[in-house]
Order: sequence, then structure tokens, then C-alpha cells
Amino acid sequence: MPSKLDYLDLLEAESIHIMREVAGQFERPALLFSGGKDSITLVQLALKAFKPGKIPFPLVHIDTGHNFPEALEYRDRLAEETGAKLIVRKVEDTIKAKGLKEPGGKFASRNALQSYTLLDTIEEFGFDACIGGARRDEEKARAKERIFSVRDEFGQWDPKKQRPELWNLYNGKIAKGENVRVFPISNWVELDVWNYIKREGVELPSIYFTHEREVLVHGEFLVANSPYIRIDEGDIIEKRNVRYRTVGDMTCTAAVESTASNIDDIIAEINRTNISERGETRIDDQVSEAAMEDRKKNGYF
Amino acid sequence: MDLLRFITAGSVDDGKSTLIGRLLYDTDSIKVDQLATIQKQSKNKGEGEIDLALFTDGLRAEREQGITIDVAYKYFNTEKRKFIIADAPGHIQYTRNMVTGASNSDLIIILIDARLGVIEQTRRHSIIASLLQIPHVVVTINKMDMVGYSEEVYNNIVIEYSKIAQQLNIKDVTFIPISALQGDNIVNPSENTPWYKGETLLHLLENIDVAHDVNYTDPRFPVQYVIRPQVDELHDYRGYAGKVISGTYKKGDAVTVLPDGIDSVIEAVEVHGEEVEEAFAPQSAVIRLKDDIDINRGDVIVTKSSSPKVSQDIEATLCWMDTRPLIPGNKYLLQVQSKRVRCIVKEINYKLDVNTLEKIENIDQAGLNDVVHVTIKTAAPVVFDSYNKLRANGGAILIDETAHTTVGACMLI
Ligand SMILES: Nc1nc2c(ncn2[C@@H]2O[C@H](COP(=O)(O)OP(=O)(O)O)[C@@H](O)[C@H]2O)c(=O)[nH]1
Ligand SMILES: [Mg+2]
Repeated sequence: MPSKLDYLDLLEAESIHIMREVAGQFERPALLFSGGKDSITLVQLALKAFKPGKIPFPLVHIDTGHNFPEALEYRDRLAEETGAKLIVRKVEDTIKAKGLKEPGGKFASRNALQSYTLLDTIEEFGFDACIGGARRDEEKARAKERIFSVRDEFGQWDPKKQRPELWNLYNGKIAKGENVRVFPISNWVELDVWNYIKREGVELPSIYFTHEREVLVHGEFLVANSPYIRIDEGDIIEKRNVRYRTVGDMTCTAAVESTASNIDDIIAEINRTNISERGETRIDDQVSEAAMEDRKKNGYF
Repeated sequence: MDLLRFITAGSVDDGKSTLIGRLLYDTDSIKVDQLATIQKQSKNKGEGEIDLALFTDGLRAEREQGITIDVAYKYFNTEKRKFIIADAPGHIQYTRNMVTGASNSDLIIILIDARLGVIEQTRRHSIIASLLQIPHVVVTINKMDMVGYSEEVYNNIVIEYSKIAQQLNIKDVTFIPISALQGDNIVNPSENTPWYKGETLLHLLENIDVAHDVNYTDPRFPVQYVIRPQVDELHDYRGYAGKVISGTYKKGDAVTVLPDGIDSVIEAVEVHGEEVEEAFAPQSAVIRLKDDIDINRGDVIVTKSSSPKVSQDIEATLCWMDTRPLIPGNKYLLQVQSKRVRCIVKEINYKLDVNTLEKIENIDQAGLNDVVHVTIKTAAPVVFDSYNKLRANGGAILIDETAHTTVGACMLI
């Protein structure tokens, strides 16, 4: 006999339990909001977890300055509609203040620099827990990530020092200066997120649906034409009907060719496609097998 | 579609990673780019064909050493179910990892190499499965291709393992002859084992009854957080947020708030901000009470129909997870659900040999991976159930007071 609850109900119940553990165990938690569908799902879960109260922690956006305008617009509207407090900190400012070197190259990504701004923001507000939307199915190095993942003062993650996580008991005890990254949707896969968004009727930024866009055709990737990428001679720039499967920076998130104009179309497309989310869209992960593991150790979300 | 969590156990080279890879591969859960990466790595390793095991071996240290050192979670689904696999290492020095993976599992797959039959590790993994009370055990006899798909070999292993199951009081055991490498009886019934009339592994995973693993009769609701909106229209609102870890809760239920033992009546049960008829395990919910009483995180709301234990003197079977030893007299924090209290481990009564179940007396300390029986004294009363009676409310962790690490997993008695 199957269980009384549907798998989405079970995942949701677990995630809400985790959200409430964060609110119960920490003094100054925050929800890291990227504008992507995973963090939008987190906000939806947080809303449900604390109803009829408001979300008892701020949404924090680390703005690389390379965001899609549609994502920023969505972010501001979401904060207004939910009454959640929104904190925005800009990578641009960190670069200036710290005299950091802007990354170069064709798709100069500020992804790595985000860690600096994030750590500064954590320090500025004294956050002791940061909720993030990472999922274990995204990448191999994530498959062993805990739901409560302790980071030292430098934001570093040490795979050897991970705490065993048993039953539904989460140990968020930390020393001053340390913080915990919490991943409530660890056990969700991409399709679970889409199915949940559909079930809940969650609104998404428009770029998740098909639209005509000028893109740079770079091998198998379609990269939005923007002031943040370098156009070289001989580059192919075309207008294509695309959508985003994941939303990050304009410089390192690739679009997929698509005519999907609603969630059902998207789910059908994902069911048909045989390429993973990261493989299809994250330009920066292609570099090395251990790329993610290295970035995680250095304080990446 | 519902959800099943399972763990795989076997000793090194029994084919655990290959089995998981096979399940993922045969259910079309591996994407082409991920497959390409595996193909590339398979070549790097100098092995001819693609090595399905690579799909689960995540961290670099493991890739280098070629072993699984931590619990890795993998996901796949079919029309019927979503599956969460805990891939935990099998060596004795990773007992704690296996205990961790087993704690959340509804089912365990124990692999046996058909050529070797039941070995010490098989016994140990079964002991851990029974300590952690995993409801369902599936014994897959792997590498059947290497024993000519012999029915006799299979039958002998079944007989031998059945003795262990009986000794450990493991009730639900199923045996399946498989080849993880060739795919026999994993997703499709094998032509090589015409004598086997049972179901395939996937069929079993898809259909095994999990509804009855949930306890609907002993209501336990640990309060995680108190919701007080503090806006005018909800001025007096006070909702206790938590998860129904067992049982059901309805409006009008007479309840007691533990450990203080204050009585009240449920005014409303809410799920996601909406009032519902009842909330049941494992839903996350909010309970409101008729009386204005002081309830905090860590308190447990129970009904009159079933009482948990409330005590400061606790006995537990404990798996030690820290490199520094557990010495009687040491102080820790004990976390049971949302309650954390200071405690002292007063005595180690005996150590359990996880290979034989033998009790070893006169133990003065417990080391990493040891399983011991302890007596604990807590600084304040704790609300809990015996793990063997109510798994959902009988697990606890010990936290080091200064390093803050999780150092012990307790099955409360
Ligand atoms: N012939 C045969 N070899 C197998 C089978 N399953 C696994 N193997 C091989 O046994 C070795 C160890 O497998 P692996 O999955 O890494 O074992 P693990 O240590 O339990 O994860 C590998 O060389 C596999 O190819 C099987 O059913 N038949
Ligand atoms: Mg392995």
C-alpha cells in the first residue's frame, strides 16, 4: 500500500520541518535568495511554514550586477507581496572596497567573487544560518552535503568535518563566528521543484518561459547577448526562441531553445530531454570534474 | 506517487555502487552528459567498459582511493515512486556512516556476493539494520553470473541467511538472485534464473507497503517554533508549529503538554495556514490550544490516549561517532526532537560486538564506531519513546559541548 501522502507532500513536510528548525535553533537566520526557481521554492516553503505569521528572517540577495532584469523585478515584487525583509548586497561594491580583480575572459563570471560579498554580508548582519536552495541531485559533490552544513569563519566547507545527520535531528550548534548553511530542498530533484511550482501555482520570472532573445551561439550553449560578455570577431549572434532552465548570472547561465510557454510544457520538455540541468546550463561547471568541490571548500553557497 | 528511502549495504566489491548505477541506468535516470563524464572517467581509470559504480562515488578522495567513504544520496523515480538512496560504505571503520544512512531508511538492500555467501559483514549489516529497526530487508545475492546462475548456490545462501534473520528477529526479509553488472532481476526478470519465481528488485521497491510503517496510533507533536504574528488582526494568535511525528491530531482532542504535564484541548489544527479536520504523521502542522499556557520549543503535545516516557534517567544503545573516546562521566548535550538538554553519560554497561551480537562487559570507554549500552542522566526531564516501540520518537543524538559536533547516535530504550 502506498503512503497516505503524495511524494510532494512528503518532501514539503520535510522542508517545512527544516525551515522551522532554522527559526527555532538560530538567532539570526537569513534566506539566500538568488531569483532562481529553487530559491523561489524556498520562499514558498517558508511562507507556508510560518503562516499566518510572516517569514521570520530576511531574504538576502547577493547581486553580482550581472542579473537578468526580469529576475530583479521579480525579487522586489516578491519581497513587497510577502512582506519579507529584503537585503541586497552588491558584488560591485565588494570589488571596489577590496580592490578585487574583475574576472576577465569571454564570459567573465563574478560567480567566484560572490563568496566575498556573501561572507561580508554574513559578518555585517551576524547571520548564524543561511538557507540556500542547493539540491543533492545537482552535482556529485553535493550528493554528500548535509542539510545543516557547518562553515568556519572563512565560509569554508570541510568534507571531512561534516556532522553525521541522523533521523530528522539537525545539529545547528555552532561557535561564534561560524555559521550553518541549511539546504531544505536537499532531497528534491529538478522535476520535483517544477511539479511543486505547478501544484502550488507559484509565479515565476518571465525568462523561465519561451521568449525571443538575442543569443551568442557558443558551441552547444546559447548565451544571452549582454554588455557583460565579450563579443569577438566571427561570433555568431542570432535571435532564438529560448527559455531558462535555471537562472543565475547572464554570463554563466545558458538558455535552452524552447517553445514552452507554461509549466506543463516545461515539465514535458524536461521529461524528454536527456541532459542534466547543470550540464545543459552551467557554463562554469564544465571546467573540471572537481570544480564544484573546490568552490564549495572556498565558501561558495 | 509516494516516496521510499532505502540504503544499500554490502562489503567492499560486493557490487553496491554497480547496483545503484544499474538501477539508475535502467530507469533512465542518468542523463547523457553525466554518462559522458562517467565514460571519460572510466577511461581515465583504464577500464574498458563504462563503470556504473562511478556514478555514485562522489568526492575526490573517494575517486582517488576508489572507495565510498561517506553517505551519498542518490535519487530516481518511476511512475509509482520517488526513491531516495543512501549509499553508505560497508567497512567496519564506517559503521557510523552506515548507522547514519540507516536511520532514515524504510528499507535496506543487503548485498551478498554469491561466490562468498554469508560473511561477517553480512551479519554486521544485518545487526545494524535490526538495531536501527529498518522495517524491510531485501537480501540480493549478487554476481549470480559468476556462479553460473546456480539455484543451489542461491538456496544455500537463503538458508544460511534465514538463520541470521531469525536470530535477529528480522521479520520482513525477501531474497532476490541478481547480477548488478548484467542487470539480471534488477529491472527486468532474468532468463538466466528460470527457477526464480519472485519479483524483480525494482518491482519490489515500487510496491512494498510503506503506509503501515507509519504509526497513526501514538500521537507525538514536538513543538519547534511558536508562531505569534503580532499584527492587530491576529493579536491573540499563538500557534505551535511542529511536525506530527506519529499519530493524528484533531480539533477537540484532549491533550497534555509534556514534560510539565499541563492539560488543554485542541482549538484548531492547521496545515499551511488552513484549518484542517485532522493532521497526521508525517505532516508539518500548527496546533492551537484552548488555554493560554506557556509552551516553548522542545515541549511535546500528546493526547490522553497514549503516553510517552518522561524521564531524566535514560538507557540507550549508542553508536559512538567521534574519534575522541566516550568515557563514563563525560558531559554532552542530548537532542531528542526539538529538545536539547545537558546530560552526563554515567555508565557504559556493555559493548555490543556488531559482528556477533556478543555483549562485552567491563568496558571503560567507547571508541569510534563502537556500539554500546549506556545509562544517561539528563539535567531536565526528556520526553521520548522506546526506539523499538516507536522509532519516530526514540532516536536521539549526543552533541559535544565545546566542539559542537554530533558524537553519538542513541536508540533510546
Ligand atoms: N561479474 C560481476 N561483477 C560484478 C557484479 N556486480 C559488481 N561487479 C564488479 O565488482 C566490482 C566491485 O563493484 P562495486 O560496485 O564497485 O562494489 P562496491 O564496493 O560494493 O561498491 C566491480 O569490478 C564490478 O564491476 C556482478 O553482478 N557480476
Ligand atoms: Mg562503492
